[in-house]
Amino acid sequence: MPGKQRTLIQLKNVKKHYFMGDNMVKAVDGITLEIKEKEFVSIMGPSGSGKSTAMNLVGSLDIPTSGKIFLDGQDIALFTESELAQLRGRKIGFIFQSFNLIPNLTAKENVMIPMTFQDQSREFSEAKAEELLELVELGDRMEHFTNQLSGGQQQRVAIARALANDPDVILADEPTGNLDTKTGELVMDFLQKLNNEGKTIIMVTHDPELAKEHSDKIYWLKDGKIEKITKGK
Amino acid sequence: MKLRLISLASKNIRNRGIRSWLTMIGIFIGIAAVVSLISMGQGLQSAVTGQFAALDPDKLVFTNTETGFGPPGSTAVNKLNEHDRDLIEKVNGVDIVVERLLRVVSFEYNDNVDFSYVTNIPEKKDSIDVMYDAINLEIEKGRLLNENDRGKVVLGNDFTGDDYGKEIRLGKKVIIQGKEFEVIGFLKKASTFTLNGVIIMPEKDLREILDIKDEYDLLIIQVKDRDKIGKVKETLERKIMDDRNLREGEEDFSIQTPQQSIETVNTVLDSVNIVIAGIAGISLLVGAIGITNTMYTSVLERKKEIGIMKSVGAKNSDIITLFLAESALLGLIGGIIGVIIGLSLAFAAAGAASSALGGLDFKISLNFPFLIFAALFSVVIGGISGVFPAIQASKLNPVEALRS
Repeated sequence: MPGKQRTLIQLKNVKKHYFMGDNMVKAVDGITLEIKEKEFVSIMGPSGSGKSTAMNLVGSLDIPTSGKIFLDGQDIALFTESELAQLRGRKIGFIFQSFNLIPNLTAKENVMIPMTFQDQSREFSEAKAEELLELVELGDRMEHFTNQLSGGQQQRVAIARALANDPDVILADEPTGNLDTKTGELVMDFLQKLNNEGKTIIMVTHDPELAKEHSDKIYWLKDGKIEKITKGK
Repeated sequence: MKLRLISLASKNIRNRGIRSWLTMIGIFIGIAAVVSLISMGQGLQSAVTGQFAALDPDKLVFTNTETGFGPPGSTAVNKLNEHDRDLIEKVNGVDIVVERLLRVVSFEYNDNVDFSYVTNIPEKKDSIDVMYDAINLEIEKGRLLNENDRGKVVLGNDFTGDDYGKEIRLGKKVIIQGKEFEVIGFLKKASTFTLNGVIIMPEKDLREILDIKDEYDLLIIQVKDRDKIGKVKETLERKIMDDRNLREGEEDFSIQTPQQSIETVNTVLDSVNIVIAGIAGISLLVGAIGITNTMYTSVLERKKEIGIMKSVGAKNSDIITLFLAESALLGLIGGIIGVIIGLSLAFAAAGAASSALGGLDFKISLNFPFLIFAALFSVVIGGISGVFPAIQASKLNPVEALRS
């Protein structure tokens, strides 16, 4: 992609070590990477490669044992937990493998949740949620509860929720992992469309074909380290 | 935004359904006990003290009693007589002594015969005034008796109905112990049920129909200075003991001040109140622990939900607000229902007491500030119960919470 691109997320020699019983697990062991705006990046690797931990760090859900993480140029170590939560809520939208919608809330209420935590008014949140659900083609499912929706529909609600606060980055952890091929493709089409419209997409996957098809850049992880970086499409 | 968290909280409570109700039981019971206790307590207190309210603070009531030796009923109660009255009248500080008789007579009207309490008005005008003042008589129809009346009676409020087949009207003749009397007045409904069923007649008439010679049932003693009523009482006790040759502990009489009577009742009521307040307190404590327990369980169950909310931007304070709102709402709903149950209990008990005790005037006092306080108090209990679970929820690590 041409021109000067802003760096949205930067990891500098980030390590995440933790103890499991007496064994120290080096889940992430010195990762340095930069994710720029409008990029579609995939993090690839077999299970146990540390890609889930890497994604939590990239999404600033987790704090590194050592190294520095910058979110939109700001060192996340300087924030309190609550400040970080607020920043994360504005800058990053999450999409999870298991959808992670809140049961007992309708599709619309789920999409409204991130806006609630950014002190948006009810009227604004409601209108925005409706708009986003229309966007993911669920305009007729707004008042449905999550357990009344299929997997593909739930993941599209999750996409709408990820877009609620108009973040720069969408972080998708195995977004098609729990879906059949056809609905998986539909979800990927949405992500691709968002990327085309200027959103940065970071996708964690174990499916090389999927990564190659959509990404600009693929980080291959092995044993907590970046093994190689390849170009995608 | 806080308001939107509260609506989210109420949704969560509704979703837990029966478990929310079970959680609130402790609060229901506690608040219901407190509310019914207070509402009834005040009613009971005013109903019972109403029985004594007929007496003024400057009057003593003198009666003879059993000596206290041997089982009750084994010793006869001596009647008071003129000698006693003259003795009392001479005691320093005593103003007027009013002799009173309280007997049971037959009462006949429209060929229906019944039995009723009868009491006298004294012969002298100043004594009559003291008595009217003492038992707080108020006339509803007709007039009260005066010193010149003979052959006339005033009836209590219970006689105003048509219990005797037809209504007794002013000026009608009734037959008491076989002698005709003219009804000249009816009393207003009083808070003392004895007064509602009483017949009042001139002393001479009463002595005549029952053939009573030199005896009285009780004496009302009006003192000159109400501040010295305690001292007058002591002097009286000493004089009577001397006169009757009694030693300490052998008293066969009692002198009661109105305050004493009320205090005795209040002491009993107070201890009942303390017991119920204790039960209510324990119940509220158990209720609070119930809420805490439910909230802890809820935190464990909703770990993932908390993780999701944190990942989409919830601050720790938002999570605390959400959980506190839930526990406070449990308290509020529990409190409101407790207030409703408590009031229903109080009304039911008051109704039962009133019909069991005849004309006892048992009113429930509806103290709205107190009721609101009770409901708000349970909100506070709910809130406090939720503090630790809420803090625990807010401290969850989002990564771990999402993994669960």
